[in-house]
Amino acid sequence: MRTRVWRVITPLGFAVVIAAVWLSPLGGQQAPAPRAAAPAGTGFPAYRAPRLNGHPDLNGVWQAFVTANIDLEDHEAQAGPYTELIGEYSGWPPGQSIVEGGVIPYKPEAVAKKRQNAANRIKEDVSNDKTWHNLGDPEMKCYMPGVPRATYMPYPFQIVQGSSPYILMAYEYASTTRTIRMDWKQEAPTDTWMGWSIGRWEGETLVVDVTGQREETWFDRAGNYHSDMLHVVERYTPLSPYHMMYEATIEDPKVFTRPWKISFPLYRRMEKNVQLLEYKCVPFTEEMLYGKFKKGAS
Amino acid sequence: MNWRWLSSIVLAAVAAIVMSSALVAQTTKTAAAKPSAAAAPAKAAPARAANTAASVKKTPWGDPDLQGVWNDATSTPLQRPAGKGETVNGDEANLFEEQLANDLSRDRRDGGPEVDVNRAYNEHWMDARRLKITNDRRTSLIVDPPNGRLPPTVPISAERQKIRAERQAAGARFQAGMPNIATEMSLPIRCIIRTDSPPYLPTIYNNDFQIYQSPGYVVIQPEMIHSARIIPLDGRPHIGKSLKQWLGDTRGRFEGNTLVIETTNFRNDDTVYQGANPETYKITERFTRVADDSINYEFTIEDPTTWTKPWTAVVPWNKIDPKEQMYEYMCHEDNFDIVHLLTGARAREKNPALNLKKPETR
Repeated sequence: MRTRVWRVITPLGFAVVIAAVWLSPLGGQQAPAPRAAAPAGTGFPAYRAPRLNGHPDLNGVWQAFVTANIDLEDHEAQAGPYTELIGEYSGWPPGQSIVEGGVIPYKPEAVAKKRQNAANRIKEDVSNDKTWHNLGDPEMKCYMPGVPRATYMPYPFQIVQGSSPYILMAYEYASTTRTIRMDWKQEAPTDTWMGWSIGRWEGETLVVDVTGQREETWFDRAGNYHSDMLHVVERYTPLSPYHMMYEATIEDPKVFTRPWKISFPLYRRMEKNVQLLEYKCVPFTEEMLYGKFKKGAS
Repeated sequence: MNWRWLSSIVLAAVAAIVMSSALVAQTTKTAAAKPSAAAAPAKAAPARAANTAASVKKTPWGDPDLQGVWNDATSTPLQRPAGKGETVNGDEANLFEEQLANDLSRDRRDGGPEVDVNRAYNEHWMDARRLKITNDRRTSLIVDPPNGRLPPTVPISAERQKIRAERQAAGARFQAGMPNIATEMSLPIRCIIRTDSPPYLPTIYNNDFQIYQSPGYVVIQPEMIHSARIIPLDGRPHIGKSLKQWLGDTRGRFEGNTLVIETTNFRNDDTVYQGANPETYKITERFTRVADDSINYEFTIEDPTTWTKPWTAVVPWNKIDPKEQMYEYMCHEDNFDIVHLLTGARAREKNPALNLKKPETR
C-alpha cells in the first residue's frame, strides 16, 4: 500500500521540486539533476534536495537517534557506572548494531585492546604526560570525539554550508567544530582530534574523506577503537526535507581485517527556535581529573 | 621547569590584555627607523567604517559576503598612551611601532637571567602581525571616548568587590606558583574559553577567525578554542534569561553592508570583559567589509554598573594569505599545564625552598 502511494506521489513531488528549483533565483542556472538513488535499503523514494549554489543544501541542525555512542555493535541494556549511587540515572539503554554485518572485523590481536578499553573506560590518570591518554573513554574526559563518533553522539550538530570552499560542522558536545575543505588538495598537515576533512559532491551526496585523526579517540563507550592509520569516508545523502542517510566507511589496517561500514539516519531538528546551546563539559571533568592535585587532597 | 614555561604562557596572556590597556614605553635600544609604517600615505583618521558601496561582494543569496579566514592581530593598544594624538605619522609612527614591538616582545633580554626565564615564551610563539600598528596608524583601538581611553568606572557593589578580591587573590596565588585548585584558575588556563568570547581583541598568537555564512546565518569560528558562534539573522528572540553561556547568546542583522550583532545571556563567572557585570552588560559588534582583504570590526560595550558611559573600539581584520589555514586548536585534551601547575604548588607546600622568585612585574 505504502509503496503504491509513493509511486503516485513521487513523480508529482519530484516535478514540484524541479519546478521550485528551476524558478528559484539560486537554481535557475542549474540543469535539474537526474533522480538520485537513495542508498540501498533505505526504503525511501528518490529525492532531490533543494539547491544552494548548485549543490544539495544540507544546512540545518541535525541529530542522530541511535545508541551507538554506547556501543556501535548490538548491546543490551546495562548498568553504567555507579548505579548503586544514582540508580537509573546511570542506566544505559539497549540498541542494535549500526555496523553492516553486525560485527566490527577486528584483527585477532586487536580484540584484547578493545576489551581492555571497555574494562578501563571510567578510569583516568593524568599524573604523567606520557601516559596521559592511556586510560578511559575520551568522552568521559570531555575530549573532542573524532569522526565518526561526533555524528552519533546524543547531541545536535549544525551544518553551515555557504558559497565558500568550506563547510562547517559545529557540534553541541564540547563546542567542537570541524572544517570541511571542499575539493582540497592538501593532505593532513598533522594529526588532530577532529581530523582533516576533504569534501566533494557526488550528485546528491556530500562525501567527506577524513584522515589525520589522533589515535586517542574511541568510537564508543564500549572501547571500540582505532589507530593513527584511521581513514573514514563519510557520505551524507538527503532523503527528504527532514532526514538524510549517514554512512561511514572505516578503514584501519593496523586494527581491522578489512574496511567496514556504519549507517544510520540523521534527522533535522524541527523546533522553530532550535539552536545549538553551549555544552562545554570541561568543568564536569576537573574534579575527576585534577582533584587529587588540589590543596589538602593528599 | 615546565611550570615556569607554563606560567609564562599565562603571563603572556595577561600581558596581552594589560599591554592593550596601558603602554609602558620602555625602550633600552634606540628605535631604528623602519619604513614600514611611514611609507604609505596616511589614510583618513579613525575609521568608523560604513561601506555603503553597492559594489560590496554579496553571497548568492544576497547578504554581504564576509566569508573567509581573518586575522585581527595588531600592536596598537586598546587605550591611547599618554601624550599621543589620535594617529601618528612619519618618524613618530616608526618610533611608536618600534616601541610597541619592543615592549610586546618577550625575548628582549634586558632583565637578566631570572626575568628571561619568565619570558621563555618568546617570539617564536608570536604572531608577527602582532608587532604592527594598524594601517590607519591609530594610537588606540578605542575610538570613543575621543581621548582613546576607557571611560571612568563607577563604584561597584560590595558583592562584586568581594568576587573581584577573591579572583585577585587566586590570581596572585597562581603567579606565585601556588594555585589551590584547578577551578580557581582562569577560564583560558582551564581551556573553557580563550579568545572566543567577545570582544575580540588581539593577543600573542592565534588571532584567526573564520567566518562562514549560509542563508539566515553568519557563523564566526575563533581559532581559540574551536567553538562556533552561530548567529541567526531571522530576528528570533534571545534564548530564555535563565540560560547563560560563556559565549552568550547572539542575534544579528545586516544594516546595509554591515553585520550588526548583539549578545546577551553571559555567565557570571569572569566571562565578560574586565569583570564587568553580566546583568547589565551589553555588547554590540559591527562587521563591515571595507575592502576585499579587510573587515572593520567595531564593538561597543555598555555597562552602566561598570563604566560611566559606553565605549567603542575598532579593530581591523585582515584576510590571511590563502596559503595559510586555520587549524584545530586543542587545549583541554592535552592540558598538561594544569597538572604541572598544581603538582608544582603541592611540591612547594612541602618544600618552601622551591618557592618562586618574585615573578616579573611589568
